[in-house]
Amino acid sequence: MDDIDRRLVNALQGGFPIAERPFAEVGAMLGLDEQEVIARLQTLLDDRTLSRFGPMIDVDRLGGGLTLAAMAVPDERFDEVADIVNGFDEVAHNYQRTHALNMWFVIATEDPAEVERTIRRIERATGLEVLNLPKLEEYFLELKLSA
Amino acid sequence: MTAPGLDPVDRRLLAASQGGLPLCPQPYHDLAGRLGLAPEDVMARFRRLLASGVIRRIGAVPNHYALGWRANGMSVWDVDDRRIGDLGPKVGALAFVTHCYRRPRRPPLWPYNLFAMVHGRTRAEVDRQVLEIARLLGDASRAHDVLLSTRILKKTGLRLT
Repeated sequence: MDDIDRRLVNALQGGFPIAERPFAEVGAMLGLDEQEVIARLQTLLDDRTLSRFGPMIDVDRLGGGLTLAAMAVPDERFDEVADIVNGFDEVAHNYQRTHALNMWFVIATEDPAEVERTIRRIERATGLEVLNLPKLEEYFLELKLSA
Repeated sequence: MTAPGLDPVDRRLLAASQGGLPLCPQPYHDLAGRLGLAPEDVMARFRRLLASGVIRRIGAVPNHYALGWRANGMSVWDVDDRRIGDLGPKVGALAFVTHCYRRPRRPPLWPYNLFAMVHGRTRAEVDRQVLEIARLLGDASRAHDVLLSTRILKKTGLRLT
């Protein structure tokens, strides 16, 4: 990743234009032509510097269900349980963390009632208890990180 | 399963674009062609979805690790319930905090009710950030912990089916 990539990543986190030629507009801000913006973006996605490029849906506004869940997974079962949990389409993110509760995942569903059902299904599939930690209040959310 | 209150055409549009916008000079026209809609209609719908907050933003989601933010910590705090309403937004306003939520305690396993995500290039940087939160919370926080992420196991976002 070079300086141009860094400027591109920072610019693209802020909000992509809704326009006839949006990549050309981004390019104009950065002094790049349209094709170079597209090619660099493709490379950043291919090498996983970016995990996604597109609309970010707010599950709450959609009327959907969302929670953070945690499990204490025995070390020797960790990869097996990760495969099971990741196999659920309702699991949007999953992270390994340094704690006795070592697996933390976000469940996002269109139907709010599906959150609880998904937790039960994960408990049955893994034989492990799932701690459900839904958001009670949001104090801040800002996903931008400088590259 | 359909989301309540979401226009069926908006829903098709989100389902078609949630995996990513097409990387071509006219991505909205490309989507419009695939869905049998007019490009102007697709752009108008995206503008409305942004204005209503159904879409937070259209943009790039970085992989923290790949950008050099190798230390990603979920700091968790057991904050006095009477003071969390005042202090939560102050923690959320710190420049290095990317998400900040109040969540339920689950005693005895989980005593923490405030979650603040912090990101640093090194573990030491995260430690300094946590110290700053600790100073801000003062005696309102009875205990805290920092859970570093050691592996991204999955990162896809909501899937509309």
